[in-house]
Amino acid sequence: MTDVDFDFLRAYLKTRSGLALTAEKRYLIESRLSPICRRFNLAGLPQLVSALRGGRDLVMEKAVVEAMTTNETFFFRDRTPFDLFKDVLLPEAIARRAAQRKLRIWCAAASTGQEPYSLAMLLQEAAPKLAGWNIDLVATDLSTEVLEKAKAGLYSHFEVQRGLPVQLLVKNFEQIGEQWRISQTLRSMVDFRPLNLLHPFETLGTFDIIYCRNVLIYFDAPTKGDVLGRLSASLSPDGALLLGAAETVIGLTDKLAPSAQHRGLYNQAAATARNTMGASAPAPLRRVVGL
Amino acid sequence: MKTCLIVDDSAVIRKVARRILESLNFRVSEAEDGAKALGLCAEAMPDVILLDWNMPEMDGYDFLKALRQSPSGDIPKVLFCTTENDVGAIARALHAGADEYIMKPFDRDIVTAKLDQVGFTQQADAA
Repeated sequence: MTDVDFDFLRAYLKTRSGLALTAEKRYLIESRLSPICRRFNLAGLPQLVSALRGGRDLVMEKAVVEAMTTNETFFFRDRTPFDLFKDVLLPEAIARRAAQRKLRIWCAAASTGQEPYSLAMLLQEAAPKLAGWNIDLVATDLSTEVLEKAKAGLYSHFEVQRGLPVQLLVKNFEQIGEQWRISQTLRSMVDFRPLNLLHPFETLGTFDIIYCRNVLIYFDAPTKGDVLGRLSASLSPDGALLLGAAETVIGLTDKLAPSAQHRGLYNQAAATARNTMGASAPAPLRRVVGL
Repeated sequence: MKTCLIVDDSAVIRKVARRILESLNFRVSEAEDGAKALGLCAEAMPDVILLDWNMPEMDGYDFLKALRQSPSGDIPKVLFCTTENDVGAIARALHAGADEYIMKPFDRDIVTAKLDQVGFTQQADAA
């Protein structure tokens, strides 16, 4: 691949998905786009670049962007963000929203569905406390291909064994040949929608809890700052944002601040400042014993 | 160093499992059926047992029943490991006292994830 072609692809992917490819990641282009060349009967990357430059083929554009997106995920990935949901965020939300009985949760990089379904399983475990509640669990991803898999809820035996306790497998999945399908009840709890985080998302509304894990790492700093600023605008004043272990808001936005108690958890900076100063406003993420 | 007993009548499975577990810093012992495994447990109780379901002499279910009735207070974590991958077989294993369930074929990621679920994280135990 020539430097000119690499620079074109780098700019092309940055514009369409926010992906910030460094020179060291050049190999990723070759390994992930070679199958796309074969799929579109192109001899190699130079021909693919020519086709993209000429560009009115939206199917090819989508295939290239999706091929470069990393979709690795598994149930209850990293465990801590889900323990936090079960032990802290959900009990607090139940206490704080007791009057409205309404809770909105967003998985902003849902991939093949394991993250939103993990949250759905935890919500189901807490069902007695949520009777009569209106709960929105919205799950979005750039790739319509992975969303189709997520909606189908069909997983291989390798996928259901990474992170999913066997008791939850037996309880929530049915075996279909060599695969396992998550129950209709859990599938119906998640509202899957295609969404590119580079595009406006205010129409989704405001959320109490947002999981946006392991996607910002692929963006450059200005893009991270822009997305975090808009996530803050979509988060309720006392809301909670969960980022991946390698991600942070520090140096990227002044609208969000890290939680002093929980790694990976971020709140509105204004709410955190009020809390720190001991003002009388309701403290965000006050620990509630429950569940 | 944590210890793991692999109980499986297949030499190939034992070899694959041993390679994975040793790479995860376990000291590994092997038995080809439940009766031999009970003998090894009587000598020294392992921290974890990777247990096959169908074996000659004494199958996994009977082995687990006998192990749970043993007077020793040290009950290891038991990962049932079998090709019988239907919900009924998994439920039977859990009912018999298994802590987790691994479906064959398995790989290092799955074994790592299941060990993590029963309280053996790779980093912690390597330390």
